Amino acid sequence: MRSKVPGRPADGPGPAQPPSAGPPGPDPVAPLSPVAGHPPAASPEPPAPPATSPDPPDPAHHPVLGRIRPGRPLAVAAAALLIALIVGVSVGPADLSPSLVGQALLARLPWHPALSVPPIDSAIVWQIRVPRVILGALVGAMLAGGGAAYQGVFRNPLADPYLLGVAAGGGLGATLIIVNNASIGLLPPAAFAGAVAAAAITYVLGSGAGRGGESPGIGGRTASIVLAGVAVAALLTAIQEYLQQQHSQTLPEIYSWILGELSLASWSDIVVILPYVVVSAGLLIAHRRLLDVLRVGEAEASSLGINVARLRLTVVLAATLGTAAAVSVSGLIGFVGIIVPHTVRMTAGASYRIVLPVSMVGGAAFLVLADVAARTVQAPAEVPIGVITAIAGAPFFLFVLRSRRTRRDLS
Amino acid sequence: MIGLDQVRVRYGGTVALAGITERAAPGEWLGVIGPNGAGKTTLLQAVARQVRHDGAVEVCGQPTSGLSPRKLARLVAYVPQRPLLPPDMTVSDYVLLGRTPHIGYLRVETDADRSICAGLIGQLGLSDLAARELGTLSGGELQRLVLARALAQQAPVLLLDEPTSALDLGRRVDALELVDKLRRERSLTVLSAVHDLTLAGQYADRLLLLDRGAVAASGPPADVLREDVLRRHFGPGVQVLTTASGDRAVISLRPDRGARPGPG
Repeated sequence: MRSKVPGRPADGPGPAQPPSAGPPGPDPVAPLSPVAGHPPAASPEPPAPPATSPDPPDPAHHPVLGRIRPGRPLAVAAAALLIALIVGVSVGPADLSPSLVGQALLARLPWHPALSVPPIDSAIVWQIRVPRVILGALVGAMLAGGGAAYQGVFRNPLADPYLLGVAAGGGLGATLIIVNNASIGLLPPAAFAGAVAAAAITYVLGSGAGRGGESPGIGGRTASIVLAGVAVAALLTAIQEYLQQQHSQTLPEIYSWILGELSLASWSDIVVILPYVVVSAGLLIAHRRLLDVLRVGEAEASSLGINVARLRLTVVLAATLGTAAAVSVSGLIGFVGIIVPHTVRMTAGASYRIVLPVSMVGGAAFLVLADVAARTVQAPAEVPIGVITAIAGAPFFLFVLRSRRTRRDLS
Repeated sequence: MIGLDQVRVRYGGTVALAGITERAAPGEWLGVIGPNGAGKTTLLQAVARQVRHDGAVEVCGQPTSGLSPRKLARLVAYVPQRPLLPPDMTVSDYVLLGRTPHIGYLRVETDADRSICAGLIGQLGLSDLAARELGTLSGGELQRLVLARALAQQAPVLLLDEPTSALDLGRRVDALELVDKLRRERSLTVLSAVHDLTLAGQYADRLLLLDRGAVAASGPPADVLREDVLRRHFGPGVQVLTTASGDRAVISLRPDRGARPGPG
């Protein structure tokens, strides 16, 4: 749903009001009337030329501009997520019937004790499938939301949540644990630490390159952060690959982590990353209007009263912590952070008030479905989920890109 | 309303502004003219605190160096020479950005903000375009659009960098008439960099002629738009004609003809 100018009675309720006292009356989003449908009195002067326009118009005779609300696309994404969750819980190598899965789910509810589900089936549903589906949803939401936020704050359509070296740092942390035969329980914290450390080094080095307190946006400080990310990622990836070559017996294990996997998902993973995802997603959504202001560039955003350096740091911090938490339990699942936000932009609208929430819900749905494919196309073997996201996502994305162009050409 | 005291700006080793001291009174339109590279844009950016500068800039009696970005944005609305216009943003969303200095950090626009912007969109003749994306607008429409966003800030000082450079002759006059009308209605102080000397003289109360970062002349248009003054900075071919209405038209003769005295 895009912003719109809903119709408003020409002689609205009550007396004319000064512009600063907004009319409390009609809900500005209620009617879905197109722009052309608003009453003629709403524009009491001819559109052009403006120089010859008459006296200042009475503000009460103007339509109140519509709010940007993600309502419809968000509902579509939520429906997709619901379907994905149902499919995700129903499908798996154990070949449980849908009704058995349903009973296993219901049997946990307190008012439904009459069902008798074999304990092994209940365990498959509750200890394997449900946590895996929930973890997939959390990771997908975080990668897509993080990608959208990075694209906004760096104003770069190619930005993804791994832009500042999160993937390389996480990969190095995971590799260090695997090659040293340390406890597998240490892998997520090591990957998290590596990811956060890499992003922190990138940010400090990159933003130091254009130091200066008061006038942000003059030098290309954003560009220097992105370039520092390229350098840090190259360095850490090189170290990681060196370690990997030195311990070639662990190659399959490292490789499967790097390509992403949810097969070891457990409730404890969910408990660990849930706080990061909730706080990160909440912070990003809270900054949705400010990311819209940044769309006019850092210099203009600062002239509109935004402290750009502080905004950038807050958003990057939130997106990075959430992404690092997701990476720590799922490995490096690529592509979600780019294609999901851009698909939302091209189909639902480019405002971050739409892009952020819809990307999060849509990314959750996308990753849950990708994981279903990952564990079924070669069952009982699993395909790395990163391979699925690229194989399924790239053609879909190209399709959206093409249909968008066609739509624009026609209009 | 605007006060500059020994304002200096350097870009590396290049001096862009070499100590400017100037005032603009409330409601005054001060036109900044000068050849390319004279420092016109830098002067506006110094007032908007978009460049680091030495010396003091005051707006409404307050030194800008002590103001938060938000407070400064409530006093000064700045329209850069080439505003960044996201092609997929709608007209109404773009104008609403102007309310940013009045909206709390993590808040969204209120009905009052939307009402103010709707009024401006109507006043600037953009009502029928409110839901259109910026990528579909013409140059003249975009010009009015960026003005609408700047006015939505409700700042007493309006800085315009080449507000008409992308427009045809008729549209230039339209745009400047609009600025003039809004200035009178809202008693705005306008500081604008203008390339076109004729238009600068027609609209500004006072002109500030910059060259190489320094004030070369300042005063009413009649005092600044003189051949002897302008030729020193714009070349020997400059000729100033006075129209029947008393306006001064500044033209530049071709080099081979400029040497000979004109027919009038």
